[in-house]
Amino acid sequence: MENRSLISISNLSKRFKVGNGEFLALKNINLSIAEGEFTGLVGPSGSGKTTLLNIIGSLDIPSDGTAEVLGKSISTLSHKQAAMLRNLNIGFIFQTYNLLPVYTVFENVEFALLLQKKTFAERKIAVMEALDWVGLTDKVKSKPSQLSGGECQRVAIARAMVKRPQIVLADEPSANLDAKNSHHIVQTMKRLNKELKTTFIFATHDEKVMQYLDRIISLKDGEIEKDEFVNHAKNE
Amino acid sequence: MIKFLFKGVIRDRGRSVLPIIVVSIGAMFTVILHCWINGIMVESLTMNANFNNGHVKINTRAYAKEASQMPIDLAIIGVNKLTKELKLSNPDFDWVHRTRFGALIDFPDSIGETRAQGPVTGWAIDLFSSGSNEADRFNISEALVSGKIPAKSSEALLSIDLAQKFNIKPGEEFTLFGTSMDGSMVFRNFSVSGIVRFGSSAIDRGAIIIDISDAQLALQMEDAASEILGFFNTGKYNDEIANNIAASFNKKYASSMDEFAPEMITFKQQEGMADLLNISETMSSIFIFVFVFAMSVVLWNAGLLGSLRRFNEFGVRLALGEGKNHIYKTIIFEGVFVGLIGTMIGTAIGLLFSYILQEKGLDISGMMKNSTLMMPAVARASITPSAIYIGFIPGVLSMVLGSALAGIRIYKRKTASLFKELEV
Repeated sequence: MENRSLISISNLSKRFKVGNGEFLALKNINLSIAEGEFTGLVGPSGSGKTTLLNIIGSLDIPSDGTAEVLGKSISTLSHKQAAMLRNLNIGFIFQTYNLLPVYTVFENVEFALLLQKKTFAERKIAVMEALDWVGLTDKVKSKPSQLSGGECQRVAIARAMVKRPQIVLADEPSANLDAKNSHHIVQTMKRLNKELKTTFIFATHDEKVMQYLDRIISLKDGEIEKDEFVNHAKNE
Repeated sequence: MIKFLFKGVIRDRGRSVLPIIVVSIGAMFTVILHCWINGIMVESLTMNANFNNGHVKINTRAYAKEASQMPIDLAIIGVNKLTKELKLSNPDFDWVHRTRFGALIDFPDSIGETRAQGPVTGWAIDLFSSGSNEADRFNISEALVSGKIPAKSSEALLSIDLAQKFNIKPGEEFTLFGTSMDGSMVFRNFSVSGIVRFGSSAIDRGAIIIDISDAQLALQMEDAASEILGFFNTGKYNDEIANNIAASFNKKYASSMDEFAPEMITFKQQEGMADLLNISETMSSIFIFVFVFAMSVVLWNAGLLGSLRRFNEFGVRLALGEGKNHIYKTIIFEGVFVGLIGTMIGTAIGLLFSYILQEKGLDISGMMKNSTLMMPAVARASITPSAIYIGFIPGVLSMVLGSALAGIRIYKRKTASLFKELEV
């Protein structure tokens, strides 16, 4: 059975004002991403990866064309509706983890659920489950400053996953990690992708991440240069 | 969410310590100044009422116009009858008559020649009648530095500065020179029964206190006095009641054209007293405004620095789906929380210092040497119930204002650049 499309982008362009002129960051992008994909937007710096990730994550809107995420047109969402979409359906993983330093691992992961007004019992179950996915149940009371970079990124994955989002957007998640940790966190995400059917979209140019992707969308100068599904038979 | 925010504020010292210190200092000074001003004003008002103004005061119309000259020739005649009538018609008041006069006193040496001489202001009050509250009203027993309260005719109390200036001891005699009610020159011998210090330079500088009967004899003021004063039996001034009584009293003489007709005025209607009554509230309001303004600017800047420090936190929260309005509200909430903690600490410290100031006071006699204002030489604070909450106005308001101004930055944050900003 073919998976349903979560993200549908057609004829999308994004322009930015630069001085008196304009910079075309994305040109006529047409794209569809289905449920459960493990997709990467790859390309050199300035190719438009992060801009596209921003639009999919309802952090920005297209200049032309349409971007539908979970059936909602990003261009027509109010700030509140966009925030709601992110809160309920989209998880974010950043290059530099961005954990809240004064809070414990448990509290960092719990935060997304607080915004959803879940009860403490519900939050506790969900947080412990998310920390179990990333193997950090023994670190619930630790502060980010007491964790290694790899552990911080795993907390960030738990924070993104705890609300069971349909889409997780990860911008260069391995950029600050060594090879071992990079493999570890991508393997963790891959496992979650398979187990929970969560759609992962990466912006990356890290070969270590790319080898796990099911689909690689290559961007160059704001255009899709290549869009290919990868056969992992050789890796397995 | 509230618990989550509490934890953040408590654990993040950068978010709480400086603002709490600033708010505490502001609240502390507000409380101390409020109590101190209140104490000085209350004491000043009480002194003015007890020594000069009463809660209501009756003079002849002519005397009232020249009151600063203490013109005893314009005094009220028939005070005994008038006082009796007032006591009957207004039993809630203690009615007394007094005479204020200007005179010259002369201290002789051992052979009767003038050793020292100087001008004095005289207070003639009822010291001898049983049931008279005048000695208590002047707080004479507390004010006595040496000697005793006059117990018989021709005894007088001398103010401390005057006694020191002329090197006078209790028991010494002096001659009082003055003018009678008819304008003729009079003189009478008195002995100093005691030396008093009232703590107000305006009185201590040069005053004598004698019994009203002695003054009536010396100044030939039989059944006359320069003023009749009424004091609320409760001891507390009530402007509304005072106004009603004054209006009712004056109504009786409204049709009279006699410049010697008596006229009643309330404490607040007397020169400068309304200002003195209002000054306490005004000063407190000014201090609150100054502290709110100054602390808001400091806390606004602290908030801006905090926002810079928490730049990533707010970015992550926006990315996680928290609305800008919600983040702004949490900033305000944190402001209220920090403001309350800071104010509680500041109020507690302020009350402690105010208590010390209330008990010990601060000697300001040096500043009051040439003052004509009737103010206490030792300025004491007075802790009132309002001192407990007054600090919360500048404390919480400035913190909320500072946070609100600093928090506006959140609305300028563009979500489109979050990824870029959070990759630092």
